[in-house]
Amino acid sequence: MPLIKDNSFTKDHWTALPDGLPLAGAVDAIISFKRLEQDWDEISLHNGRVGVLLDNSSDAEALQPYLDRLDLVVLEFPVFNDGRAYSQARIVRSQLGFSGEIRATGDVLPDQAGLMMRCGFDSFEVSGGQSLEVWQRAANSLTLSYQRNYPKVGEKPRHDRSERAAAILTDTDRAGAAL
Amino acid sequence: MYRYDEFDINFVNARVDQFRDQISRRLNGDLTEEQFKPLRLMNGLYLQLHAYMLRVAIPYGTLSSRQMRQLAFIAERFDKDYGHFTTRQNIQFNWPKLEDMADILTHLADVEMHAIQTSGNCIRNVTADHWAGVAADEVEDPRPYAELLRQWSSVHPEFTFLPRKFKIAVTGAPNDRAAVAFHDIGLKVKENEDGEAGFEVLAGGGMGRTPVVGVTIRDWLRKKDLLAYVEAIMRVYNLHGRRDNKYKARIKILVMDLGADEFRRQVDEEFAKIDAPEVLLPEEEIQRISAYFAPPDCEKLDDNDSTLDGHLKENTAFRLWHDTNIATHKIPGYAIVNISLKPIGGIPGDANSAQMRIVAELAERYNHDEIRVNYEQNLVLPYVRKSDLFQVWQELVDAELATDNLGLVTDIICCPGLDYCALATARSIPIAQEISNHFSDAGKQREIGDLKIKISGCINACGHHHAGHIGILGLEKRGQEYYQITLGGSGDENAAIGAIVGPGFSYAEVVPAVDKIVDTYMDLREEGETFLEAYRRVGAAPFKEALYAAH
Repeated sequence: MPLIKDNSFTKDHWTALPDGLPLAGAVDAIISFKRLEQDWDEISLHNGRVGVLLDNSSDAEALQPYLDRLDLVVLEFPVFNDGRAYSQARIVRSQLGFSGEIRATGDVLPDQAGLMMRCGFDSFEVSGGQSLEVWQRAANSLTLSYQRNYPKVGEKPRHDRSERAAAILTDTDRAGAAL
Repeated sequence: MYRYDEFDINFVNARVDQFRDQISRRLNGDLTEEQFKPLRLMNGLYLQLHAYMLRVAIPYGTLSSRQMRQLAFIAERFDKDYGHFTTRQNIQFNWPKLEDMADILTHLADVEMHAIQTSGNCIRNVTADHWAGVAADEVEDPRPYAELLRQWSSVHPEFTFLPRKFKIAVTGAPNDRAAVAFHDIGLKVKENEDGEAGFEVLAGGGMGRTPVVGVTIRDWLRKKDLLAYVEAIMRVYNLHGRRDNKYKARIKILVMDLGADEFRRQVDEEFAKIDAPEVLLPEEEIQRISAYFAPPDCEKLDDNDSTLDGHLKENTAFRLWHDTNIATHKIPGYAIVNISLKPIGGIPGDANSAQMRIVAELAERYNHDEIRVNYEQNLVLPYVRKSDLFQVWQELVDAELATDNLGLVTDIICCPGLDYCALATARSIPIAQEISNHFSDAGKQREIGDLKIKISGCINACGHHHAGHIGILGLEKRGQEYYQITLGGSGDENAAIGAIVGPGFSYAEVVPAVDKIVDTYMDLREEGETFLEAYRRVGAAPFKEALYAAH
């Protein structure tokens, strides 16, 4: 599947490793959350980077004990209008303070990408026919937003909880936005 | 009233541009209808039985004259010269064309209006008491909080693909005119023991095929915690609400499945994770937004107006209208004027462009430029001097807007039904019209007294039939329309769901059935007892007997 990051197609260095296949060499491997829990001792010693795929009915907070060792969290949109992964991403990024990559997979559409970025996603697995021009236009079509406690489209994801912000635009924000 | 600043204007314009692009991608095939559908719905655009329908938000039911004139212009230019005020403080245009849609939204944006999130599985138009700021019983004007919630929920990054639609209502008075218990979240401004105003929070109410009265999940919430607490509710719902069955996807099902205590525990747990919740809603912002809703400069007047008293003595028609359609204002010498959009035999909630312009004109001349729209599909002029009432009434008479039936049997709430709606299973408007014609006699209506009839053309209950003193639900069986009648529902502070009285009725049997119910009530009522009071005293038995017993 093509991968989009920072509004461009990018090479995917990660390999999705089905349960049961050995974790060997220095491969950057995406494993299931079930395997992460079961084989933690082995995984923590792995030479390559580790990513996890969490299905959208699982509790995102269960990732907490493992996050220091993880470089990638993959969250799923089985259909584009199943919005659970928005909250999962928000929890992983903002409440758990994860600073690695959060990737959206499944039915990932350009018109939803702006919202996804604001919840903490920073890479997107898209279908083969996706035009980059349409993606860029749709993903960045609404850059204004009211919720200061979520980053704007195009802003770096925030994982630092020390930056407290209002859930609406304050007068100061408005003055800045109007410039 | 709230006024957009440069940011708000840029935001709605950017949203229109975004939708313009989405429409063009739909038209050239980049988007499938399935992919386009949620995008158009979140911009208020439905595909109905005969045409597209555009639903425009009237946040917390407040309009300026300029905005009302723009609605008249849109009705005239892009529709068949009328609009339909709905049960959720929205207005619907029934005949716009897809290719005009972006232009219509631009015309709306020009007067600080939009159709954002009037549909779709997202947070919908936030509604409020239509007498906000003027009602004598009010603790506080609820509209600043509704406006804060409107801004906070507009294209919210996390809560735009919820399991199902989500409706929030706010009231600032103990007498609930916003039906908060029938909303996904209902907020009531109330004071705690120390006299500090905050919110009672209800959740899990709703109508539809599973009507539920919402439960109180927080007795009292600090104002500054409002957005954090609502965010906590939304996150619990977004993660755990059912998505496998659209009929079980509303938050009420989650609250019922978990039980109120467990739901409350989960929300509290999520709320506790929000670092410094008060940061989400700064005190200065509450004050800044509240300042927009400061009452207009009203004169210091004597509460009694001798010219009004004179007109009331001399003019019976004026007196009758005054008795039903005027409500008590909190400022001496002023009155709340309710304009019925329920002419005898008419379509509930419809207004043509000429009528919209007259109301705009009256608001400008007599009412500090402000109009309210309520969920009972009527309009309100909230600041009329008592000395102006007679003049206002005369102009309303000329515009056929002086129907003197507020709260009476012909003040019927009714959804569009099978005349327009793609979901409907039966007609509702013609039923409303026939009931209205049947009870057209003004004297008889007054004799009957307070009686709310509410009609829905399908199980989705847009006509609020569950909350009707008499509720009528249109269904379809073997190709025939038939109607279930419920009794004893109520949407006020003593919210109740009506109970089905018995087997359904054919289209032709509905009016005679309603007639029998009304006659039964009039026979058994005690002195001064309203229909609802009588029903609560005697129960359904006498009504069943009248409707079904073989005589």
